[in-house]
Amino acid sequence: MTNLFSDLLASRDWLLADGATGTTLFNMGLSSGDAPELWNVEHPDRIATLYKGAVDAGSDLFLTNTFGGNASRLKLHGAENRVHELNRISAEIGREVADASGRKVAVAGSMGPTGEIMEPMGALTYERAVEMFHEQAEGLKSGGVDVLWVETISAAEEYKAAGEAARLAGMPWCGTMSFDTAGRTMMGLTSADMATMVEKLSHPPLAFGANCGVGASDLLRTVLGFVAQGTERPIIAKGNAGIPKYVDGHIHYDGTPELMADYAVLARDCGARIIGGCCGTTAEHLRHMHEGLVTRPTGPRPSLDQITKALGGFSSAGDGTGDDVQPARPERGRRRRRD
Amino acid sequence: MADEDDEIILSELDDDELVLQMHDDLYDGLKEEIEEGVRILLERGWEPYDVLTKALVAGMTIVGADFRDGILFVPEVLLAANAMKGGMAILKPLLAETGAPKVGKMVIGTVKGDIHDIGKNLVGMMMEGAGFEVVDLGINNAVEKYIDALKTEDADILGMSALLTTTMPYMKVVIDTMVQMGIRDDYIILVGGAPLNEEFGRAIGADAYCRDAAVAVETAKTFMGRKHNQMSGN
Repeated sequence: MTNLFSDLLASRDWLLADGATGTTLFNMGLSSGDAPELWNVEHPDRIATLYKGAVDAGSDLFLTNTFGGNASRLKLHGAENRVHELNRISAEIGREVADASGRKVAVAGSMGPTGEIMEPMGALTYERAVEMFHEQAEGLKSGGVDVLWVETISAAEEYKAAGEAARLAGMPWCGTMSFDTAGRTMMGLTSADMATMVEKLSHPPLAFGANCGVGASDLLRTVLGFVAQGTERPIIAKGNAGIPKYVDGHIHYDGTPELMADYAVLARDCGARIIGGCCGTTAEHLRHMHEGLVTRPTGPRPSLDQITKALGGFSSAGDGTGDDVQPARPERGRRRRRD
Repeated sequence: MADEDDEIILSELDDDELVLQMHDDLYDGLKEEIEEGVRILLERGWEPYDVLTKALVAGMTIVGADFRDGILFVPEVLLAANAMKGGMAILKPLLAETGAPKVGKMVIGTVKGDIHDIGKNLVGMMMEGAGFEVVDLGINNAVEKYIDALKTEDADILGMSALLTTTMPYMKVVIDTMVQMGIRDDYIILVGGAPLNEEFGRAIGADAYCRDAAVAVETAKTFMGRKHNQMSGN
């Protein structure tokens, strides 16, 4: 099955994704604690402005304002019965902006984590997770997205549940995880683990990768970790614009537009096919990233040293792959193992 | 699956062996085995407080250290904390009866506007694992809620969590309010959350930024130690 997104992916060496949704909306006056998803209905003009910012900066795809648009997250705002509506409307606004752009721009339906911990550590069952993601996926589908875009996931089971939901909705999907804990996801998954896991899915994503996490350097180390697994599947890199700093009562990301341009070019050199930003990445950053990708040639795959030289140090010495695998604690003896 | 010959019979181990085995079982998140171990030690005449500190807290300290060092991750820690909880459920009424010393009490919650709770829950569980009493206010807490809870619970420590760069500044609102009320120095204030760092913790006037749950426990212990010293010095 082909569609606008898969056509783009097949016909281009690299695609520029979008930047931050939250950061941009807060700059437009969203109060912390309010659900950004409600703005799809309350301030559709601002959501259209958000999308246009990415399109005008040269993005080939942008994500809908539906990151927290699942029942579990919306419940915190008493809006759990509006999943379909909020997702559909956000997608419809996106469709209009993309179609009016005069070029091929894909609308990606953002699906963030449920925020719950899955069994057996937590209470969320796989079936319930699939159900919630499916509900959201159907809303995004009816609003006209080209592809579902699962992001910032920490647990393998939750990633699988979102993929299953995409299958049930009959939609192509992409999915990224957040590697923010010593180079792994919060749940301990390494880049190598994810690359392996993705290939085992019955309805695999068109592209997979990493978003958010710590800084741009860490994110590229993760991309190199995917590549080291020999994957043929397109890789997504959506890193934060540096590290947040507290300045005069406001949060400011220290990644400059110039630095993000270097990051974008390095991400492509590392092997990423879809490159974008995450928290702190404004339209200004995107413009520089676009310019960097267009004007600079693709170079050889950088070493870890070259990455840290260009973008700053890593948050942890290793990332749990290759020779870096930490020794397990020696067991005292003969014990039933947990698994 | 281990062979039957390999099966460990907890009640056949001597005290030292059993305590070490319980450390292993906590590490492996084996709740039933921990409950059994606690009962055996109590039957052997151990003080509930010794069971808590030598078997459970010491075991969770190993878990915490390996979590801090990136050897264990959240799933393993949650299972270990769950096993610890099983043991604590048995010990709690006995500890109250015997008037065992209290480690300290913490009020914890995610700040107003922030609905993330995984990190905060983890800190709460690890703090309980270290013997602290924890009052969990949940998510989206306004300044009044924190201050009310600190007073009514007679707490020692305030823990605030924020996972969003947009909600982090609210921590300063809470601390500033406490300063205005003249109660800031009555409490140890610890802050945490993915987008925070030490610099931020200092900038808003917290006692410490804790980068993960293991560090939170260590920091809380250090500050409680200082607090006790100050009190005895007065």
